[in-house]
Amino acid sequence: MGVEIRVDDLTKSFGKQLIWGDVTLTVPAGEICVMLGPSGTGKSVFLKTLIGLLKPDKGSIIIEGTDIASCSERELYEIRKLFGVLFQDGAMFGSMNLYDNVAFPLREHTRKSESEVREIVMEKMDLVGLLGAEDKLPGEISGGMRKRAGLARALVLDPEIVLFDEPDSGLDPVRTAFLNQLIVDLNAQIDATFLIVTHDINTARTVPDNIGLLYHRHLAMFGPREQLLSSEEPVVRQFLNAQRVGPIGMSEEKDADELAAEAGQELPPLPPIPLQLDPSNGIPRRSQRPAGEWCRENGVTPPPGSFESSNAGLAPGV
Amino acid sequence: MSTSLSSRALAPIGVAGNLFAFALDVFRGLFRRPFQLREFIQQSWFIASVTIVPTALVAIPFGAVIALQVGGLIKQFGAQSFTGSASVLAVVQQAAPIGTALLIAGAGGSAIAADLGARKIREELDAMMVLGIDPIQRLVVPRVLACMLVAFFLNGMVSVVGVAGGYVFNVILQDGTPGAYLASFTALAQLPDLWIGLIKALVFGLIAAIVASYKGMNANGGPKGVGDAVNESVVITFLLLFVANFVLSMIYLQVVPPKGG
Repeated sequence: MGVEIRVDDLTKSFGKQLIWGDVTLTVPAGEICVMLGPSGTGKSVFLKTLIGLLKPDKGSIIIEGTDIASCSERELYEIRKLFGVLFQDGAMFGSMNLYDNVAFPLREHTRKSESEVREIVMEKMDLVGLLGAEDKLPGEISGGMRKRAGLARALVLDPEIVLFDEPDSGLDPVRTAFLNQLIVDLNAQIDATFLIVTHDINTARTVPDNIGLLYHRHLAMFGPREQLLSSEEPVVRQFLNAQRVGPIGMSEEKDADELAAEAGQELPPLPPIPLQLDPSNGIPRRSQRPAGEWCRENGVTPPPGSFESSNAGLAPGV
Repeated sequence: MSTSLSSRALAPIGVAGNLFAFALDVFRGLFRRPFQLREFIQQSWFIASVTIVPTALVAIPFGAVIALQVGGLIKQFGAQSFTGSASVLAVVQQAAPIGTALLIAGAGGSAIAADLGARKIREELDAMMVLGIDPIQRLVVPRVLACMLVAFFLNGMVSVVGVAGGYVFNVILQDGTPGAYLASFTALAQLPDLWIGLIKALVFGLIAAIVASYKGMNANGGPKGVGDAVNESVVITFLLLFVANFVLSMIYLQVVPPKGG
């Protein structure tokens, strides 16, 4: 189950401005990946390129043997049926109520009877905790509810790949925690490939199997969660630990003077690596690796205190 | 420098090309099943509901002005018996399709551009494409057909209201005789005049809907972008309509010989 996404040498620019270049990575089938990056590094552009809404300048995106970057319109519409996408604001159709919104893909793509549609829609609405809100219009509900409704709609066709565009933006910490748990539970349940674009480090530290970091118009690093969390690479280290010391500046990268001024400063030690978020039934997901496995296999000593609690090194509760 | 200059000079041609490519996409979407009957009926009703009343209100003075102008002029020639015919000719051939077009573009087209533009900036169109549904086939084709249908019927309505308005003004204000006005209808006007009026209305409806959809679907830059798209779509539609009207009129006058000429 789940489908692998192979991205090779992908480059995208708008006019003369390069967004990112030479991005090469493989999103493994059935795993949860997080794509991180400072604001304005083209994370959403990356997501839109993956679903073929934007054409890259060069490179390829292979999904089940089809190259999204160069395939025909017809093939694109076919391959998109594998995808479920949660847009930043949910992107609900404003003229329909939530029920019709979630039922929309079923009515367009399947020949299911109205009672079957109802059954599936109600199941998905229950999954995201929106039972009882079916008759509301998207304009009448909060941003968090719109997001969950968007998730229900993304899941309704049983996708093989689910893409999340900043699922945690504009949500309070409690709802974010619930949403993260929901994402993990969903992955355990449907085994689809998940790719989450975010800049919330708590999400990035606890949810995924793999992390990627977009920075300064290229992919700085992509690999298993423990690899990035134990990495000494300055950009990765600065971003994943939300520090001011490091190559990332307020506007873009820091200039030579600023970096020279920081040269003497001692970096704070790496915080401990938290445990990965388990599905709520306690049974590990199929793609989940035992805590500390990667570090042992690669001879990396994790920071002291790692793998002891699920909120180690997180922003609020260290 | 020279490349940027030439690319800037050629930009309008690129836009025209994109618009034409969009029209071809719509044409292709026309034949793709399933046809969105529900959307088509809803849109037809919507466009009709926003255009019928203003069109009727515009048609009366349109017909009246033509009747007064033509009536005054024709009196000086001493050819009052042709007043009815001249006003029918002017209303059916020119005034009705132009009046229809202005309202279809101003009321219907702006509503379409605003609707699609809002959907575009809320990422609804992206969401639709990601759900494997082509917005051109799902949203644009029904709107284009609805616009053409409504334009077709509105044209009939403007013709009737315009001629009736002309009758009232001619008979009451200019002391024309009802019999002469009605009897001269067929003296100069002929059946093909009606056909060209209807064809024009269809073409104008097509242009208005395609430009409005194109502009709406390419809106960007937030709410202001939607406003700009609506504004541009109305202006561009007006320009195109007058050019199209000129071309169609020229062809018609060449192909169909005027009656009694």
